[in-house]
Amino acid sequence: MAKMKSLVCRECGKEYPTKDIHVCELCFGPLEVKYDYDEIKASISREKIQAGPKSLWRYIDLLPVEGQPTVGKYAGFTPLVRAHNLGAFLGIDELYIKNDCVNHPTLSFKDRVVAIALTRARELGFETVACASTGNLANSVAAHASSAGMKCYVFIPGDLEAAKVLGNLIYRPNVVEIEGTYDDVNRLCSEIAGERHWAFVNINIRPYYAEGSKTLAFETAEQLGWRAPDQVVVPMASGSLLTKIWKGLKEFEKLGLIDQVSTKVNGAQAEGCSPIATAFKNGRDFFKPVKPNTIAKSLAIGNPADGYYALKTAAETQGAMESVSDDEIVEGIKLLAQTEGIFAETAGGVTIGVLQKLVKQGLIKKNDVTVAYITGNGLKTQEAVVDSVGRPIRIQPSLSQFTKKFALQEPA
Amino acid sequence: MASLRFHIRYPEEKIPDPILYQIGQEFEVITSIRRADVRETTGWLDVEFTGETDEIDRAISGLRDKGCIVDPIELNIVE
Ligand SMILES: Cc1ncc(COP(=O)(O)O)c(C=O)c1O
Ligand SMILES: [Zn+2]
Repeated sequence: MAKMKSLVCRECGKEYPTKDIHVCELCFGPLEVKYDYDEIKASISREKIQAGPKSLWRYIDLLPVEGQPTVGKYAGFTPLVRAHNLGAFLGIDELYIKNDCVNHPTLSFKDRVVAIALTRARELGFETVACASTGNLANSVAAHASSAGMKCYVFIPGDLEAAKVLGNLIYRPNVVEIEGTYDDVNRLCSEIAGERHWAFVNINIRPYYAEGSKTLAFETAEQLGWRAPDQVVVPMASGSLLTKIWKGLKEFEKLGLIDQVSTKVNGAQAEGCSPIATAFKNGRDFFKPVKPNTIAKSLAIGNPADGYYALKTAAETQGAMESVSDDEIVEGIKLLAQTEGIFAETAGGVTIGVLQKLVKQGLIKKNDVTVAYITGNGLKTQEAVVDSVGRPIRIQPSLSQFTKKFALQEPA
Repeated sequence: MASLRFHIRYPEEKIPDPILYQIGQEFEVITSIRRADVRETTGWLDVEFTGETDEIDRAISGLRDKGCIVDPIELNIVE
């Protein structure tokens, strides 16, 4: 089964074998997986997918692995929640939350990309996996590596909060703390990836890793009853997730699994790190890198690798991009929790804040079937809301005090 | 000898300067441009540097001293 044809350069189109390479030798453009859609079409069907495992591996025909999954077997297939309350609040008739807060095993959408990356890394013969990360990615790589019995190196900047460091250490990878700026960390990791025969998931394995995000689109379409939404709102860091959601919808269309897709793909960033959204609003096809300063740390990528392609996707689909302030992020987190009972991390606050803005601007309309992607769990970013959720109401263990405090009537 | 790949951005006021030429004169590195986009207010180059690792490091520092911003070819890797 040769569903994967090659890796292809997104800039010049030169093709390469499906190995651990990520940059075109010729023009240094990024590489992407190319599939044989005729072959896939001959075997894929709605029925076959529905009979598959209740995980993202039900879409294995469209994922860049050769054999069966060996790592991250339970990732994906998270709930698509019909958000009646939030929809009513915002004035949208058919709003859904794709809830990746509850992804297995580390509670963010990164469990998708890492499941694919590590399965592929094993196929390519790697024994050691690595990544550079401040949060969700590192947690997921470290957890999957320990369950897969692979050696693991996690590189982190020297100034991380204790909780984030712990979230890696618990899985016992080699946690390497690098003294220096984020630029220094980027540079060193790029060099280490060039030197070592390691699967650096978001460097030399990136073409495979990134494909995992397509499964968010596949699941959405299937859970909507085999149709594409009218609008999606997607948080952006590197911009990869946004471009892959679009790629996933287009693949389903191409294979005849859903009708023609006319989804508007909207991007969400935090004001304190909005290189992509700012470029979009200024009508530019390139972005200016920024130094991030926002509570949405999982989205704080100042020089995003896929920013250019994310801009192209929003333009091509007539979507929009917006950004929200830190206060609006906190409000977004609270709004989602208090209407739908879903506690998202700061990235989710960004998505909800931007969703609200796009509705206000009339870009998302009342009858648009809309899906908001909530990609990480609020328990990981408690600092963001700890000062704005109030305190418990403290009472003595006395029934009369309780009744008085809540101004309740005595029961008759 | 090593070959390292970088994404180099120029500040607007440096666009007319022959920065890469100067770097090739000042340091023992071979530079090979693979892709570039230079416009009125923005400019970037994707370049391969070949030389001793320490000399490449010095050349990168030299670029930074001239006001350029130098990133690995993959841009931000810390996710
Ligand atoms: C919770 C969460 N949401 C969204 C993103 C954005 O992903 P991408 O880098 O693909 O744009 C990230 C990335 O780190 C993340 O951690
Ligand atoms: Zn190329």
